[in-house]
Amino acid sequence: MNNKNSTETAPSRLLGKIPGAEPSARIDPWWGLVFTVIALVLLLIFFKPDPYLRILLFVRDGIWVTIQTTVISFVLVMVVGLFGGLGRLSKNKIINGIATIYVEVVRGVPLLVQLLFWYFAFPSLIQGVGKTLHIAAFEHYIGNPIGMAILGLTFCYAAYMSEIYRAGIQSIPRGQMEAARSLGMTYTQAMRYVVIPQAVRVIMPPVGNEFISLLKDSSLVSVVAVADLTRRGREFMSANFIPVQTWMMIALLYLIMTLFSARIVSWIEKKTGYER
Amino acid sequence: MIKMEPIIQINDVTKSFGEVEALRGVSLSVNRGEVVIIIGPSGSGKSTLLRCINRLEEYDEGSIVVDGIPLTSAENINTVRTEVGMVFQQFNLFPHLTVLENISLAQRIVRKRDKAEAERVSRQLLKKVDIPEKADAYPMQLSGGQQQRVAIARALAMNPKIMLFDEPTSALDPEMIQEVLDVMEKLADEGMTMVVVSHEMGFARAAADRAILMDGGLIIEEATPEKLFKHPKHERTKLFLSKVL
Repeated sequence: MNNKNSTETAPSRLLGKIPGAEPSARIDPWWGLVFTVIALVLLLIFFKPDPYLRILLFVRDGIWVTIQTTVISFVLVMVVGLFGGLGRLSKNKIINGIATIYVEVVRGVPLLVQLLFWYFAFPSLIQGVGKTLHIAAFEHYIGNPIGMAILGLTFCYAAYMSEIYRAGIQSIPRGQMEAARSLGMTYTQAMRYVVIPQAVRVIMPPVGNEFISLLKDSSLVSVVAVADLTRRGREFMSANFIPVQTWMMIALLYLIMTLFSARIVSWIEKKTGYER
Repeated sequence: MIKMEPIIQINDVTKSFGEVEALRGVSLSVNRGEVVIIIGPSGSGKSTLLRCINRLEEYDEGSIVVDGIPLTSAENINTVRTEVGMVFQQFNLFPHLTVLENISLAQRIVRKRDKAEAERVSRQLLKKVDIPEKADAYPMQLSGGQQQRVAIARALAMNPKIMLFDEPTSALDPEMIQEVLDVMEKLADEGMTMVVVSHEMGFARAAADRAILMDGGLIIEEATPEKLFKHPKHERTKLFLSKVL
Protein backbone atom coordinates (compact mmCIF):
# COMPACT_ATOMS: atom_id res chain seq x y z
CA MET A 1 0.00 0.00 0.00
CA ASN A 2 2.99 2.19 0.57
CA ASN A 3 3.72 2.59 -3.12
CA LYS A 4 0.10 3.07 -4.05
CA ASN A 5 0.32 6.85 -3.96
CA SER A 6 3.37 7.03 -6.11
CA THR A 7 1.99 4.62 -8.72
CA GLU A 8 -1.22 6.61 -8.82
CA THR A 9 0.39 9.95 -9.26
CA ALA A 10 2.69 8.76 -12.01
CA PRO A 11 0.01 8.21 -14.69
CA SER A 12 -1.78 11.44 -13.85
CA ARG A 13 1.48 13.30 -14.27
CA LEU A 14 1.82 11.72 -17.68
CA LEU A 15 -1.74 12.69 -18.53
CA GLY A 16 -0.93 16.23 -17.51
CA LYS A 17 1.35 16.53 -20.50
CA ILE A 18 -1.45 15.78 -22.92
CA PRO A 19 -3.28 19.07 -23.55
CA GLY A 20 -6.75 19.11 -22.05
CA ALA A 21 -6.43 15.72 -20.43
CA GLU A 22 -5.83 16.99 -16.91
CA PRO A 23 -8.98 19.10 -16.30
CA SER A 24 -11.42 16.55 -17.73
CA ALA A 25 -9.79 13.83 -15.67
CA ARG A 26 -10.54 15.87 -12.57
CA ILE A 27 -14.24 16.50 -13.21
CA ASP A 28 -16.45 13.54 -12.42
CA PRO A 29 -18.32 12.90 -15.70
CA TRP A 30 -21.51 12.01 -13.81
CA TRP A 31 -21.84 15.63 -12.74
CA GLY A 32 -22.41 16.28 -16.45
CA LEU A 33 -25.60 14.24 -16.30
CA VAL A 34 -26.84 16.21 -13.29
CA PHE A 35 -26.24 19.50 -15.08
CA THR A 36 -27.81 18.21 -18.29
CA VAL A 37 -31.05 17.36 -16.49
CA ILE A 38 -31.04 20.68 -14.67
CA ALA A 39 -30.45 22.48 -17.97
CA LEU A 40 -33.31 20.56 -19.59
CA VAL A 41 -35.70 21.64 -16.83
CA LEU A 42 -34.53 25.25 -17.11
CA LEU A 43 -35.01 25.18 -20.89
CA LEU A 44 -38.54 23.85 -20.52
CA ILE A 45 -39.37 26.51 -17.95
CA PHE A 46 -37.82 29.29 -19.99
CA PHE A 47 -39.22 28.46 -23.43
CA LYS A 48 -42.51 26.92 -22.36
CA PRO A 49 -43.46 28.65 -19.10
CA ASP A 50 -46.99 27.51 -19.77
CA PRO A 51 -47.41 24.82 -18.50
CA TYR A 52 -43.93 23.99 -17.12
CA LEU A 53 -43.36 27.05 -14.94
CA ARG A 54 -46.95 26.75 -13.72
CA ILE A 55 -46.34 23.14 -12.75
CA LEU A 56 -43.11 24.02 -10.96
CA LEU A 57 -44.68 26.86 -8.99
CA PHE A 58 -47.63 24.65 -8.08
CA VAL A 59 -45.53 21.74 -6.80
CA ARG A 60 -42.61 23.63 -5.24
CA ASP A 61 -43.94 23.30 -1.67
CA GLY A 62 -44.23 19.57 -2.44
CA ILE A 63 -40.53 19.46 -3.30
CA TRP A 64 -39.78 20.91 0.10
CA VAL A 65 -42.06 18.38 1.84
CA THR A 66 -40.38 15.52 -0.02
CA ILE A 67 -36.91 16.71 0.98
CA GLN A 68 -37.97 17.28 4.57
CA THR A 69 -39.67 13.90 4.91
CA THR A 70 -36.72 12.10 3.34
CA VAL A 71 -33.99 13.81 5.34
CA ILE A 72 -35.73 13.57 8.72
CA SER A 73 -36.64 9.91 8.12
CA PHE A 74 -33.10 9.15 7.00
CA VAL A 75 -31.49 10.65 10.11
CA LEU A 76 -33.87 8.58 12.27
CA VAL A 77 -33.20 5.48 10.13
CA MET A 78 -29.46 5.82 10.75
CA VAL A 79 -29.99 5.94 14.53
CA VAL A 80 -32.70 3.27 14.84
CA GLY A 81 -30.89 1.05 12.34
CA LEU A 82 -27.72 1.15 14.44
CA PHE A 83 -29.59 -0.18 17.46
CA GLY A 84 -31.32 -2.76 15.26
CA GLY A 85 -27.96 -3.87 13.88
CA LEU A 86 -26.39 -4.11 17.33
CA GLY A 87 -29.48 -6.06 18.43
CA ARG A 88 -29.01 -8.50 15.57
CA LEU A 89 -25.41 -9.03 16.73
CA SER A 90 -26.32 -9.32 20.41
CA LYS A 91 -25.59 -12.58 22.20
CA ASN A 92 -28.54 -11.85 24.49
CA LYS A 93 -31.27 -14.16 23.14
CA ILE A 94 -34.16 -11.81 23.97
CA ILE A 95 -32.60 -8.71 22.37
CA ASN A 96 -31.48 -10.75 19.40
CA GLY A 97 -34.94 -12.32 19.07
CA ILE A 98 -36.73 -8.96 19.13
CA ALA A 99 -34.35 -7.49 16.55
CA THR A 100 -34.65 -10.53 14.29
CA ILE A 101 -38.45 -10.59 14.42
CA TYR A 102 -38.57 -6.85 13.72
CA VAL A 103 -36.33 -7.17 10.66
CA GLU A 104 -38.10 -10.23 9.27
CA VAL A 105 -41.62 -8.84 9.77
CA VAL A 106 -40.86 -5.43 8.30
CA ARG A 107 -39.06 -6.89 5.29
CA GLY A 108 -42.03 -9.15 4.58
CA VAL A 109 -44.68 -6.44 4.41
CA PRO A 110 -44.93 -3.94 1.51
CA LEU A 111 -43.96 -0.38 2.45
CA LEU A 112 -47.26 0.96 1.10
CA VAL A 113 -49.22 -1.36 3.40
CA GLN A 114 -47.04 -0.29 6.35
CA LEU A 115 -47.68 3.39 5.61
CA LEU A 116 -51.42 2.74 5.42
CA PHE A 117 -51.22 0.88 8.72
CA TRP A 118 -49.43 3.71 10.53
CA TYR A 119 -51.76 6.37 9.17
CA PHE A 120 -55.14 4.64 9.43
CA ALA A 121 -54.85 1.67 11.79
CA PHE A 122 -52.38 2.94 14.39
CA PRO A 123 -54.42 6.02 15.50
CA SER A 124 -57.53 3.79 15.73
CA LEU A 125 -55.64 1.41 17.97
CA ILE A 126 -54.51 4.29 20.20
CA GLN A 127 -58.10 5.57 20.37
CA GLY A 128 -59.30 2.10 21.32
CA VAL A 129 -56.74 1.93 24.12
CA GLY A 130 -57.77 5.43 25.25
CA LYS A 131 -61.44 4.46 25.42
CA THR A 132 -60.76 1.27 27.34
CA LEU A 133 -58.43 2.90 29.85
CA HIS A 134 -60.21 6.29 29.88
CA ILE A 135 -57.16 8.32 28.93
CA ALA A 136 -58.55 11.50 27.41
CA ALA A 137 -55.45 12.36 25.40
CA PHE A 138 -55.59 8.98 23.63
CA GLU A 139 -59.35 8.97 23.01
CA HIS A 140 -59.17 11.78 20.48
CA TYR A 141 -55.79 10.91 19.02
CA ILE A 142 -55.44 11.72 15.33
CA GLY A 143 -52.21 10.93 13.54
CA ASN A 144 -50.39 13.90 12.05
CA PRO A 145 -49.90 12.94 8.37
CA ILE A 146 -46.24 13.95 8.05
CA GLY A 147 -45.44 12.55 11.50
CA MET A 148 -47.05 9.20 10.68
CA ALA A 149 -45.40 9.13 7.26
CA ILE A 150 -41.96 9.72 8.82
CA LEU A 151 -42.71 7.06 11.44
CA GLY A 152 -43.72 4.59 8.72
CA LEU A 153 -40.71 5.27 6.51
CA THR A 154 -38.34 5.10 9.47
CA PHE A 155 -39.83 1.89 10.85
CA CYS A 156 -39.46 0.20 7.47
CA TYR A 157 -36.09 1.52 6.33
CA ALA A 158 -34.47 1.05 9.75
CA ALA A 159 -35.04 -2.69 9.36
CA TYR A 160 -33.07 -2.73 6.12
CA MET A 161 -30.49 -0.42 7.66
CA SER A 162 -30.08 -2.84 10.60
CA GLU A 163 -28.94 -5.50 8.17
CA ILE A 164 -26.48 -3.08 6.53
CA TYR A 165 -25.02 -2.14 9.93
CA ARG A 166 -24.84 -5.80 10.94
CA ALA A 167 -22.97 -6.76 7.78
CA GLY A 168 -20.67 -3.74 8.13
CA ILE A 169 -19.79 -4.50 11.74
CA GLN A 170 -19.28 -8.19 10.97
CA SER A 171 -16.88 -7.27 8.17
CA ILE A 172 -14.46 -5.75 10.71
CA PRO A 173 -11.96 -8.43 11.81
CA ARG A 174 -12.53 -9.85 15.30
CA GLY A 175 -8.99 -8.88 16.24
CA GLN A 176 -10.05 -5.23 16.32
CA MET A 177 -12.58 -5.87 19.07
CA GLU A 178 -10.11 -8.14 20.88
CA ALA A 179 -7.33 -5.55 20.75
CA ALA A 180 -9.67 -2.88 22.08
CA ARG A 181 -10.99 -5.12 24.85
CA SER A 182 -7.49 -6.24 25.81
CA LEU A 183 -6.64 -2.56 26.38
CA GLY A 184 -9.39 -2.46 28.99
CA MET A 185 -12.11 -0.82 26.90
CA THR A 186 -15.68 -1.90 27.57
CA TYR A 187 -17.75 -3.43 24.76
CA THR A 188 -19.50 -0.10 24.23
CA GLN A 189 -16.23 1.87 24.10
CA ALA A 190 -14.69 -0.63 21.69
CA MET A 191 -17.74 -0.37 19.43
CA ARG A 192 -17.87 3.42 19.68
CA TYR A 193 -14.19 4.19 19.07
CA VAL A 194 -12.84 1.21 17.14
CA VAL A 195 -15.40 -0.96 15.34
CA ILE A 196 -18.17 1.45 14.27
CA PRO A 197 -15.85 4.13 12.81
CA GLN A 198 -14.37 1.44 10.58
CA ALA A 199 -17.76 -0.13 9.79
CA VAL A 200 -19.17 3.25 8.73
CA ARG A 201 -16.59 3.48 5.96
CA VAL A 202 -17.50 -0.01 4.79
CA ILE A 203 -21.24 0.66 4.69
CA MET A 204 -21.09 4.07 2.98
CA PRO A 205 -22.02 2.73 -0.50
CA PRO A 206 -25.12 0.72 0.58
CA VAL A 207 -26.18 3.54 2.93
CA GLY A 208 -26.02 5.97 0.02
CA ASN A 209 -28.20 3.64 -2.02
CA GLU A 210 -30.68 3.45 0.83
CA PHE A 211 -30.90 7.23 0.92
CA ILE A 212 -31.75 7.36 -2.77
CA SER A 213 -34.30 4.53 -2.43
CA LEU A 214 -35.85 6.37 0.50
CA LEU A 215 -36.09 9.55 -1.54
CA LYS A 216 -37.96 7.69 -4.26
CA ASP A 217 -40.13 5.63 -1.90
CA SER A 218 -41.12 8.80 -0.08
CA SER A 219 -43.50 9.32 -3.03
CA LEU A 220 -45.67 6.60 -1.43
CA VAL A 221 -46.54 8.96 1.41
CA SER A 222 -48.73 10.81 -1.07
CA VAL A 223 -51.46 8.23 -0.38
CA VAL A 224 -51.56 9.06 3.33
CA ALA A 225 -52.46 12.74 3.05
CA VAL A 226 -48.93 14.15 2.84
CA ALA A 227 -48.69 16.94 0.28
CA ASP A 228 -45.35 15.81 -1.14
CA LEU A 229 -44.12 16.28 -4.69
CA THR A 230 -46.09 13.32 -6.05
CA ARG A 231 -49.33 14.36 -4.39
CA ARG A 232 -48.95 17.94 -5.56
CA GLY A 233 -48.40 16.58 -9.06
CA ARG A 234 -51.62 14.61 -8.83
CA GLU A 235 -53.47 17.68 -7.61
CA PHE A 236 -52.16 19.74 -10.53
CA MET A 237 -53.13 16.95 -12.89
CA SER A 238 -56.72 16.73 -11.66
CA ALA A 239 -57.18 20.47 -12.13
CA ASN A 240 -55.46 20.80 -15.52
CA PHE A 241 -55.65 17.41 -17.28
CA ILE A 242 -52.23 17.58 -18.93
CA PRO A 243 -50.78 14.24 -17.84
CA VAL A 244 -47.75 14.13 -20.15
CA GLN A 245 -46.34 17.51 -19.17
CA THR A 246 -47.19 17.11 -15.48
CA TRP A 247 -45.66 13.69 -14.93
CA MET A 248 -42.65 14.44 -17.11
CA MET A 249 -41.93 17.49 -14.97
CA ILE A 250 -42.42 15.54 -11.74
CA ALA A 251 -40.16 12.75 -13.03
CA LEU A 252 -37.45 15.27 -13.98
CA LEU A 253 -37.63 16.90 -10.54
CA TYR A 254 -37.18 13.51 -8.83
CA LEU A 255 -34.36 12.72 -11.24
CA ILE A 256 -32.51 15.93 -10.33
CA MET A 257 -32.80 15.07 -6.65
CA THR A 258 -31.67 11.45 -7.00
CA LEU A 259 -28.80 12.21 -9.37
CA PHE A 260 -27.63 15.03 -7.15
CA SER A 261 -27.82 12.77 -4.06
CA ALA A 262 -25.85 10.05 -5.83
CA ARG A 263 -23.07 12.55 -6.59
CA ILE A 264 -23.02 13.76 -2.98
CA VAL A 265 -22.86 10.16 -1.75
CA SER A 266 -19.91 9.28 -3.96
CA TRP A 267 -18.15 12.49 -2.93
CA ILE A 268 -18.57 11.52 0.75
CA GLU A 269 -17.32 8.00 -0.02
CA LYS A 270 -14.13 9.44 -1.47
CA LYS A 271 -13.70 11.80 1.47
CA THR A 272 -14.13 9.12 4.13
CA GLY A 273 -12.01 6.43 2.46
CA TYR A 274 -8.67 5.61 4.06
CA GLU A 275 -5.81 7.73 2.85
CA ARG A 276 -3.44 4.82 2.65
CA MET B 1 16.71 -11.12 40.67
CA ILE B 2 13.21 -12.57 40.59
CA LYS B 3 11.09 -11.99 43.62
CA MET B 4 9.37 -15.30 44.24
CA GLU B 5 5.93 -13.85 44.30
CA PRO B 6 3.37 -15.26 41.87
CA ILE B 7 1.56 -12.62 39.83
CA ILE B 8 -0.32 -15.11 37.64
CA GLN B 9 -1.77 -18.24 39.19
CA ILE B 10 -3.47 -20.70 36.88
CA ASN B 11 -5.07 -23.70 38.58
CA ASP B 12 -6.28 -26.75 36.70
CA VAL B 13 -7.89 -24.77 33.86
CA THR B 14 -9.89 -26.57 31.19
CA LYS B 15 -11.42 -25.25 28.00
CA SER B 16 -13.29 -26.95 25.17
CA PHE B 17 -14.40 -25.61 21.81
CA GLY B 18 -17.35 -27.92 21.20
CA GLU B 19 -15.81 -31.37 20.85
CA VAL B 20 -12.22 -30.13 20.86
CA GLU B 21 -10.51 -29.99 24.24
CA ALA B 22 -8.06 -27.11 23.94
CA LEU B 23 -6.94 -27.15 27.58
CA ARG B 24 -7.14 -30.30 29.67
CA GLY B 25 -6.22 -29.11 33.14
CA VAL B 26 -3.35 -26.67 32.98
CA SER B 27 -1.70 -25.27 36.11
CA LEU B 28 0.98 -22.63 35.90
CA SER B 29 2.30 -19.97 38.18
CA VAL B 30 4.31 -17.02 36.92
CA ASN B 31 6.34 -14.88 39.30
CA ARG B 32 6.65 -11.14 39.24
CA GLY B 33 9.36 -10.11 36.79
CA GLU B 34 9.62 -13.57 35.27
CA VAL B 35 9.75 -14.19 31.51
CA VAL B 36 8.06 -17.42 30.47
CA ILE B 37 8.11 -18.72 26.94
CA ILE B 38 5.58 -21.28 25.80
CA ILE B 39 6.34 -23.51 22.82
CA GLY B 40 4.47 -26.39 21.28
CA PRO B 41 2.90 -27.65 18.06
CA SER B 42 -0.09 -25.82 16.62
CA GLY B 43 -3.31 -26.81 18.30
CA SER B 44 -1.49 -27.57 21.55
CA GLY B 45 -3.53 -24.96 23.44
CA LYS B 46 -0.74 -22.45 24.03
CA SER B 47 -2.56 -19.49 22.46
CA THR B 48 -5.79 -20.49 24.19
CA LEU B 49 -3.99 -20.51 27.53
CA LEU B 50 -2.59 -17.04 26.87
CA ARG B 51 -5.99 -15.71 25.82
CA CYS B 52 -7.53 -17.12 29.00
CA ILE B 53 -5.18 -15.01 31.12
CA ASN B 54 -6.95 -11.80 30.07
CA ARG B 55 -10.23 -13.57 29.45
CA LEU B 56 -10.43 -13.04 25.71
CA GLU B 57 -11.32 -16.70 25.96
CA GLU B 58 -13.59 -17.94 28.74
CA TYR B 59 -12.31 -21.07 30.44
CA ASP B 60 -14.66 -23.85 31.56
CA GLU B 61 -13.21 -25.02 34.88
CA GLY B 62 -10.39 -24.15 37.23
CA SER B 63 -9.31 -20.71 38.31
CA ILE B 64 -7.01 -17.91 37.17
CA VAL B 65 -5.86 -15.19 39.56
CA VAL B 66 -3.95 -12.23 38.16
CA ASP B 67 -2.18 -9.92 40.60
CA GLY B 68 -4.52 -11.05 43.36
CA ILE B 69 -7.66 -10.47 41.29
CA PRO B 70 -9.67 -13.59 40.40
CA LEU B 71 -11.06 -13.57 36.85
CA THR B 72 -14.71 -13.89 37.68
CA SER B 73 -16.99 -10.87 37.52
CA ALA B 74 -17.11 -8.57 34.48
CA GLU B 75 -15.75 -5.75 36.63
CA ASN B 76 -12.70 -7.80 37.62
CA ILE B 77 -12.09 -8.75 34.01
CA ASN B 78 -11.87 -5.12 32.94
CA THR B 79 -9.54 -4.35 35.85
CA VAL B 80 -7.30 -7.26 34.91
CA ARG B 81 -7.30 -6.24 31.27
CA THR B 82 -5.93 -2.81 32.14
CA GLU B 83 -3.12 -4.54 34.09
CA VAL B 84 -2.32 -7.03 31.35
CA GLY B 85 -1.04 -5.90 27.96
CA MET B 86 -1.51 -8.14 24.95
CA VAL B 87 0.35 -8.26 21.65
CA PHE B 88 -1.21 -10.23 18.82
CA GLN B 89 0.21 -12.18 15.91
CA GLN B 90 -1.68 -9.97 13.43
CA PHE B 91 -0.80 -6.70 15.28
CA ASN B 92 -4.49 -5.63 15.27
CA LEU B 93 -3.67 -1.94 15.06
CA PHE B 94 -6.65 0.34 14.46
CA PRO B 95 -6.38 1.18 10.74
CA HIS B 96 -8.55 4.31 10.91
CA LEU B 97 -6.26 6.00 13.45
CA THR B 98 -2.71 7.31 13.19
CA VAL B 99 0.09 5.66 15.14
CA LEU B 100 -0.12 8.37 17.80
CA GLU B 101 -3.89 7.99 18.07
CA ASN B 102 -3.56 4.20 18.25
CA ILE B 103 -1.35 4.53 21.30
CA SER B 104 -3.33 7.38 22.87
CA LEU B 105 -6.90 6.11 22.47
CA ALA B 106 -7.14 3.70 25.41
CA GLN B 107 -5.04 5.99 27.63
CA ARG B 108 -7.67 8.65 27.16
CA ILE B 109 -10.86 6.66 27.47
CA VAL B 110 -9.73 3.98 29.93
CA ARG B 111 -6.97 5.69 31.92
CA LYS B 112 -8.71 9.09 31.58
CA ARG B 113 -5.52 10.94 30.71
CA ASP B 114 -5.94 14.28 28.96
CA LYS B 115 -4.88 14.67 25.34
CA ALA B 116 -1.53 16.32 26.00
CA GLU B 117 -0.52 13.81 28.65
CA ALA B 118 -1.58 10.84 26.49
CA GLU B 119 0.40 12.16 23.53
CA ARG B 120 3.45 12.82 25.68
CA VAL B 121 3.36 9.20 26.91
CA SER B 122 2.76 7.95 23.36
CA ARG B 123 5.73 9.84 21.90
CA GLN B 124 7.94 8.61 24.72
CA LEU B 125 6.94 5.01 23.97
CA LEU B 126 7.49 5.48 20.25
CA LYS B 127 11.02 6.53 21.11
CA LYS B 128 11.37 3.43 23.24
CA VAL B 129 10.32 1.15 20.36
CA ASP B 130 12.60 3.13 18.07
CA ILE B 131 10.14 4.70 15.59
CA PRO B 132 9.50 8.24 16.89
CA GLU B 133 9.26 9.55 13.32
CA LYS B 134 6.16 7.46 12.52
CA ALA B 135 3.81 9.19 14.97
CA ASP B 136 1.55 10.63 12.28
CA ALA B 137 1.62 7.70 9.88
CA TYR B 138 -1.30 5.32 9.45
CA PRO B 139 -0.71 1.63 10.27
CA MET B 140 -1.00 0.56 6.62
CA GLN B 141 1.94 2.81 5.77
CA LEU B 142 4.23 0.86 8.11
CA SER B 143 6.12 -2.39 7.65
CA GLY B 144 5.03 -5.42 9.67
CA GLY B 145 7.90 -5.01 12.11
CA GLN B 146 7.06 -1.35 12.66
CA GLN B 147 3.39 -2.19 13.14
CA GLN B 148 4.21 -4.79 15.75
CA ARG B 149 6.42 -2.32 17.61
CA VAL B 150 3.55 0.19 17.61
CA ALA B 151 1.30 -2.57 18.98
CA ILE B 152 3.81 -3.14 21.80
CA ALA B 153 3.90 0.60 22.53
CA ARG B 154 0.10 0.69 22.53
CA ALA B 155 -0.04 -2.07 25.14
CA LEU B 156 2.72 -0.46 27.24
CA ALA B 157 0.86 2.86 27.29
CA MET B 158 -1.59 1.37 29.78
CA ASN B 159 1.31 0.74 32.23
CA PRO B 160 0.58 -2.98 32.41
CA LYS B 161 2.16 -5.17 35.06
CA ILE B 162 2.18 -8.15 32.71
CA MET B 163 2.68 -8.41 28.96
CA LEU B 164 1.31 -11.31 26.94
CA PHE B 165 2.73 -12.01 23.47
CA ASP B 166 0.80 -14.32 21.15
CA GLU B 167 3.25 -15.39 18.44
CA PRO B 168 4.40 -11.81 17.95
CA THR B 169 6.83 -12.56 15.14
CA SER B 170 5.01 -15.32 13.22
CA ALA B 171 3.39 -12.95 10.73
CA LEU B 172 6.60 -11.04 10.04
CA ASP B 173 9.06 -11.25 7.18
CA PRO B 174 12.33 -12.76 8.44
CA GLU B 175 14.30 -9.53 8.25
CA MET B 176 11.84 -7.78 10.56
CA ILE B 177 11.78 -10.34 13.34
CA GLN B 178 14.89 -9.12 15.13
CA GLU B 179 13.71 -5.52 15.54
CA VAL B 180 10.64 -6.79 17.40
CA LEU B 181 12.63 -9.25 19.49
CA ASP B 182 15.06 -6.46 20.43
CA VAL B 183 12.18 -4.45 21.88
CA MET B 184 10.94 -7.50 23.75
CA GLU B 185 14.39 -8.22 25.16
CA LYS B 186 14.66 -4.62 26.32
CA LEU B 187 11.34 -5.04 28.15
CA ALA B 188 12.51 -8.28 29.75
CA ASP B 189 15.67 -6.54 30.95
CA GLU B 190 13.57 -3.84 32.57
CA GLY B 191 11.89 -6.49 34.71
CA MET B 192 8.53 -6.74 32.93
CA THR B 193 6.61 -9.94 33.64
CA MET B 194 6.12 -11.57 30.28
CA VAL B 195 4.38 -14.67 28.95
CA VAL B 196 5.39 -15.29 25.36
CA VAL B 197 4.04 -17.86 22.92
CA SER B 198 6.79 -18.10 20.34
CA HIS B 199 9.23 -20.44 18.67
CA GLU B 200 12.05 -17.92 18.67
CA MET B 201 14.71 -20.03 20.37
CA GLY B 202 17.24 -17.21 20.29
CA PHE B 203 14.91 -14.95 22.22
CA ALA B 204 14.13 -17.76 24.65
CA ARG B 205 17.82 -18.31 25.41
CA ALA B 206 18.55 -14.60 25.72
CA ALA B 207 15.59 -13.42 27.74
CA ALA B 208 13.42 -16.22 29.13
CA ASP B 209 13.72 -17.54 32.67
CA ARG B 210 11.58 -20.54 31.95
CA ALA B 211 10.44 -22.45 28.90
CA ILE B 212 7.30 -24.56 28.75
CA LEU B 213 6.33 -27.16 26.20
CA MET B 214 2.62 -27.70 25.66
CA ASP B 215 1.00 -30.45 23.65
CA GLY B 216 -2.58 -31.71 23.46
CA GLY B 217 -3.85 -29.14 25.94
CA LEU B 218 -1.34 -30.09 28.65
CA ILE B 219 1.96 -28.77 29.93
CA ILE B 220 4.40 -31.56 29.07
CA GLU B 221 7.63 -30.17 30.38
CA GLU B 222 9.02 -27.03 31.93
CA ALA B 223 12.62 -26.06 32.60
CA THR B 224 15.11 -23.31 31.91
CA PRO B 225 15.33 -22.69 28.16
CA GLU B 226 18.86 -24.05 28.07
CA LYS B 227 17.83 -27.31 29.76
CA LEU B 228 14.62 -27.75 27.80
CA PHE B 229 16.26 -27.20 24.42
CA LYS B 230 19.50 -29.12 25.07
CA HIS B 231 18.41 -31.91 27.39
CA PRO B 232 14.67 -32.48 27.02
CA LYS B 233 13.33 -35.24 29.23
CA HIS B 234 10.13 -36.16 27.48
CA GLU B 235 9.82 -37.93 24.15
CA ARG B 236 7.25 -35.44 22.91
CA THR B 237 9.55 -32.53 23.70
CA LYS B 238 12.39 -34.23 21.82
CA LEU B 239 10.10 -34.93 18.87
CA PHE B 240 8.85 -31.35 18.73
CA LEU B 241 12.31 -29.83 19.08
CA SER B 242 13.69 -32.09 16.36
CA LYS B 243 11.13 -30.59 13.99
CA VAL B 244 11.63 -26.98 15.00
CA LEU B 245 15.38 -26.66 15.52
